[in-house]
Parts: sequence; structure tokens; C-alpha cells
Amino acid sequence: MKKGTAKTVRVFAIELALYTVLVVIYFFLVLHLLGQWLYELEIHHRYTYAGIAILLIIGQAILLESLTTFLMRLIRGRFD
Amino acid sequence: MFFPISGAHISPIYLAIVGFVIGILGGFFGVGGSFIAGPALRLAGLDWNFAVGTDLAHIVGKSVVAARRHRALGNVDLRLGSIMALGTIGGAEVGAQAIQMLKRAGNVNLVVSIVSIVVYVSIAIFMLWESRKTLRLEKGRAQRGLVKGGKSKKDYSAFGPVTRAIQKVKIWPMVALPTSGIAAISLWMILLVAFVGGLFSGFLGGGAGYIRMPSMVYVLGIPTHLAVGTDLFEIIISASYGTFSHAVKGNVDILIALVMHTGAVIGAQIGVIATQYFAGPKIRLAFVPLPLIGAAIVIYTIISGHKL
Repeated sequence: MKKGTAKTVRVFAIELALYTVLVVIYFFLVLHLLGQWLYELEIHHRYTYAGIAILLIIGQAILLESLTTFLMRLIRGRFD
Repeated sequence: MFFPISGAHISPIYLAIVGFVIGILGGFFGVGGSFIAGPALRLAGLDWNFAVGTDLAHIVGKSVVAARRHRALGNVDLRLGSIMALGTIGGAEVGAQAIQMLKRAGNVNLVVSIVSIVVYVSIAIFMLWESRKTLRLEKGRAQRGLVKGGKSKKDYSAFGPVTRAIQKVKIWPMVALPTSGIAAISLWMILLVAFVGGLFSGFLGGGAGYIRMPSMVYVLGIPTHLAVGTDLFEIIISASYGTFSHAVKGNVDILIALVMHTGAVIGAQIGVIATQYFAGPKIRLAFVPLPLIGAAIVIYTIISGHKL
């Protein structure tokens, strides 16, 4: 394996490991707390639920993308 | 893990892995991956109406990540994407209403299963034929010395004559798409392609990139790399609308979508980077097995009645 490729794979593996730990914490903290509230919202206030569902998924997308970009920069910075 | 909104018990690891695989596919092919996600959710025990709506929500998040990456690489035609979003929303609403009708009639699972199998197999067969023919034509051009070094950056397609004939249709108003290299094309052609894509999106779930991405390349003549990026941008708008529409109808479990999306974030980044190493026809050829996998999963659920 070329040196550059090996480095990329190593960086990615570290990023994946860190990301997994953070996401597991996220599962327990956020999803567990939101579950019951979203369930009741879905039953009683469908339109509000629909709007919040979109905001949640877009918010999570931006948050997690920023997190992966930050992790990538941090790890690459240490390797360079 | 119990998901109270849909009342389903599904492993979050299974959902994250499905999201990861779909993320790679989405970043690489510019598709929402619903031909895998829908059947995968169905296999996990969700009814089709929930699989369709939840998959749409997950696709919104995934497309935000992948489209931002493609935008940075210059692969997004904003004008084309904005026009297409209008047509897609119209189609998605018609598709969602059809799902509601089938839900009331009580045969949503069987009808959507059969339609999805027919659509997935048809797309795979067509793209296999086209991409192989294009690669053979390119090889012939290279051998005749028409393409220096046997490689060309231009995105050739065996469907090119049909595409050019469509571009010659002069139904007012005509629009220019300079980013995609198209001098003039009828607005109605763009809206028609988008409407059909939206119809499939609302009916079968996902962003319907499996039909829109090939349509953009073959019908509108958009270069593959731009079609991938623009499709993702357009999916953000249309899938958001689709999610809202399905959520109001009680077909979205946002908790499942959030868990799936955690895997998709990493996958999408890998997929986007990979597009830089492949030519258009090869991307299209690599796309062929994916709808077939989706069709195989649906056939399995129909025949066996099994759910994970």
C-alpha cells in the first residue's frame, strides 16, 4: 500500500472511531430525551411535528457534517 | 431499540449501517438511495407508508451533506436545480396522494412492492445497455485516434442523438443553462422530467434520484458529474416538501431517520470524493446493480413474508 493511501486510511479509521463514540453519546442524550416528546407531538400536533422533523434532520446534518470536518482537520493536522 | 412513533423495534446499528451504505451511494451517484433504504426499512418491519415517509426525511439530511460537498467541487447547477424543484414538488404531491388512496384501499404494500420491482429492474436494464454501448463507442473513438490517449473528459452517451432531438424541441419559454453547457432548452422539458421524478419520489419514497439522475443525463443532456450534484441540491428542496407532506399524513418516524442519518454522514463524504476518480459512463455502469439489489429485497419480502 502506498504511503499516502495508508495515511488516508489511518486518518479515516481514527475519524470513524471518534465519530462513533460521539454519535453513541448523541443517541442516548438527544434521541432518548426527544423520543416521548416527538411521539406526543406526532399524535396531537401533526403540522408542528412535520416542521420540527425537517428542522431536526437538517440541523443534525449540519451539526454532524461540521463535526466530521472538524475531526478530519484535527486528525490530519496532527499527522502532517 | 423501540421507536414509539412507528411502533417498531429496530436495531440502531442496523439503521446506521443502512445509512452508511446509502450515504456512499448517494455521494457517488447523486441518488437518495431509496431503492435500498425503502426495501431495507420494509425488511426491518416498517409498513411501506412509513418506509416511504421516513426514508424521505433521512434523505433530506443526507442530501444537505452531499450537496454541500458537491457545491464545493463545482458540481451544482443552481438554476437547473431550482427549476426542477418546482416540477418535483407537484409530482411528489400526486405520488403521496396515490399512497394515501392505496392506504385507504388496504393494498399499499402489495401495489408499491410490484411497482418498485418493475421500476428498479427497468432502470437497471436501460443503464446497463446505455453505459456499455457508450464505453464501447469511446473505445472505438480512442482506437481511431479521435480521442487523444484513449481518454476524454467529455461526457459521451450512446443516447446522445435522442438527447439532442429533445433539446431541439422549441416550446416557449426556452431557458439557458450555462453551468451545464446547454444554450437553450424548453422549460417544459425540465419541468416534465422533474414532475416524473417527483411522482416516483412521492409514490416509492426517497428523492427518486434513481430515475431523475438518468433522466437529467439522457433526456436533458446534463453532464453526469453536474447531474449528480444538481440532483442532490434539488432533492433537498423536494424531499423536504415530501417529508412535510408525509409527516402530516402520519407516515414519518423522524427518530428512525435521525439514527439512519448518523451513518449516512460519513458515507456521503466517501462517495463524493470517489466521484473524482471515475468518468461519467463508468459511474453509470457502476449504478446498474443498485436498483437490482432493491428489487431483490422487495421480491424477498413478498415471497417469504419475512421481516428482520
